[in-house]
Amino acid sequence: MTMRNSADEIAQRSRQIIRGQKHLEGPMLPILHALQAEFGYIPDIVKPVIADELNISRAEVHGVITFYPEFRDHPGGRHILKICRAEACQSMGSDDLADRVRQLLGIDFHQTTPDEAVTLEPVYCLGLCACAPAAMLDGEVYGRVNEHCLSEIVGELGR
Amino acid sequence: MTITIFVPRDAASLALGAEKVAAAITSEIAARGIDARIVRNGSRGMFWLEPLVEVRTDHGRVAYGPVKASDIKGLFDAGFLSGKAHPLCLGLTKEIPFLRQQTRLTFSRCGVIDPLSLEDYRHYQGLKGLEKAIAMPPAEIVAQVTESGLRGRGGAGFPTGIKWKTVMEAVADRKYIVCNADEGDSATFADRMIMEGDPFVLIEGMVIAGIATGATKGYVYTRSEYPHAIATMSEAIGIAREAGILGPSVLGSDHAFDIEIRAGAGAYVCGEETSLLNSLEGKRGIVRAKPPLPALQGFLGRPTVVNNVISLASIPVIMDRGAAFYRDFGMGRSRGTIPIQIAGNVKYGGLFETAFGLSLGEIVDHIGGGTATGRPVKAVQVGGPLGAYFPRALFDTPFDYEAFAAKDGLIGHAGITVFDDTVDMLKQARFAMEFCAIESCGKCTPCRIGSTRGVETVDRIGRGIEPDKNKVLLADLCNTMKFGSLCALGGFTPYPVMSAMTHFPEDFSPVPLAEAAE
Repeated sequence: MTMRNSADEIAQRSRQIIRGQKHLEGPMLPILHALQAEFGYIPDIVKPVIADELNISRAEVHGVITFYPEFRDHPGGRHILKICRAEACQSMGSDDLADRVRQLLGIDFHQTTPDEAVTLEPVYCLGLCACAPAAMLDGEVYGRVNEHCLSEIVGELGR
Repeated sequence: MTITIFVPRDAASLALGAEKVAAAITSEIAARGIDARIVRNGSRGMFWLEPLVEVRTDHGRVAYGPVKASDIKGLFDAGFLSGKAHPLCLGLTKEIPFLRQQTRLTFSRCGVIDPLSLEDYRHYQGLKGLEKAIAMPPAEIVAQVTESGLRGRGGAGFPTGIKWKTVMEAVADRKYIVCNADEGDSATFADRMIMEGDPFVLIEGMVIAGIATGATKGYVYTRSEYPHAIATMSEAIGIAREAGILGPSVLGSDHAFDIEIRAGAGAYVCGEETSLLNSLEGKRGIVRAKPPLPALQGFLGRPTVVNNVISLASIPVIMDRGAAFYRDFGMGRSRGTIPIQIAGNVKYGGLFETAFGLSLGEIVDHIGGGTATGRPVKAVQVGGPLGAYFPRALFDTPFDYEAFAAKDGLIGHAGITVFDDTVDMLKQARFAMEFCAIESCGKCTPCRIGSTRGVETVDRIGRGIEPDKNKVLLADLCNTMKFGSLCALGGFTPYPVMSAMTHFPEDFSPVPLAEAAE
């Protein structure tokens, strides 16, 4: 989607988004979520726009964005697959599952497949600990994920 | 008469296929021309039975589960709409032993009602606590909460009433109620279940907290990993505004209160209250030194109550039934009920609300039914990633803040992860250090550096490199982290590490030389 947007268009659209949120108390995270929802990541060129609108330094904006694992500094794949790596899922074999999914996709965590279909991310708890192991694909949740179910999920990625 | 069918909308139910089940029921109703409606309730918290479908009959609600979409036709053929027999039939829901043995005070409506129906909420005693609170002077509300013995359910166990009193007595132009819904501990899902299954109880608890302390604005800070909870909570806040529960005049009174929901962005440390406040303000989620206490200088420097979801959701029943009613449950200084979350490798995983005092063994073996794999239970981790691993030898420990502390553990947010005998405790100790290294906010050295040195030291023990010396070193490092860290992340990571090393020494023994030489 970003391919169609020139730097100016991104900056302009960002300013609109920021102005829609800046009345909030502590508007930074809502703004970053909104920007990521719009662009799929937080483009570098929006940092000075945020800094200008909120009257803070660019360093501070950069510091906040890089603190939170959820915010991406480059585009992800068309789908984001998150595999829970926390203890409850470990107790039900999520480490093996993680190995299997890396094998199936041919990528490691934090990487995107060459066809840009899917980005693989670890997640530390989806709150589905009584039906472990758990996974999330673009906001859809899956419990008791086994090899079969995993192949189905990966198959749905349209690649 | 219209038949009512309940299909949960809880994220765990959805993760197990509830959406497909609901769709199959919808099309079957249409195909057969039956006068029936589907209510999307929360979960009852019996996840081995999800998706759990219920039908309202003359005798009460009858449960079927775990139901797959492919079972639906057969269920209709068997007459499940009138509660008839079927291999998946579990009988009357309230008679299912896992539910019957519970004392549901905070979760009394969860899984029972349509989470977004205020009519349902009122029908099941909702808003009674708030109505009583509005008629009371704030100091009396605080006194009731103090007398109830309620302690912070997020993990710290600090008396809720004392926190409220500090904020009530503070003088400021604005005060805030911040609900800590950043439930990041593995094995915990109680906050999520309340937000998805009974959001109005959290809203009611926050409004009461506002009236008691003089705060007029509340924030629910939750996790971006909880999109379903965010959606349900947001909708509930809108409904509550429309109904005048939130707004400039709460239920027609002189009190104003409103709530906003905010999402974090994947940082575990933001569950720590001062880190959460920084995050809410739009900063890096760096832990703040205390003092000043958030109760005096919290969100934007104003007096702020930071309470866990379950603490706040327990307030309405305390106000409605009285402090003594709540306090009479429990043991020692752990009063009332606690929603225990039984998770991981367990046969009957789910949420079990009960008075404090059950032994760990009763919870894991009898209620949880042992492991899902059928193998022996080797260890259970109580209290999330910062909680201790307990061996079977400690299964007589009663579920109580002080009793767990006496055994070098903690109950935390009351999550229990069960592991069978295939677990390698050295690997779990390593993970605890690794997790701390990934999630450390970086402010204090023991946590930031200690966690990485911890991973390296555990690795050396695992490879048989000077194991005795490295075990002493690891214990010393844990000591430094425990007493030198600013917050519970670095300070409590030693719990899983030390408990694993102390209770499971066999997993920390040197490996054969041939491997060690590599």
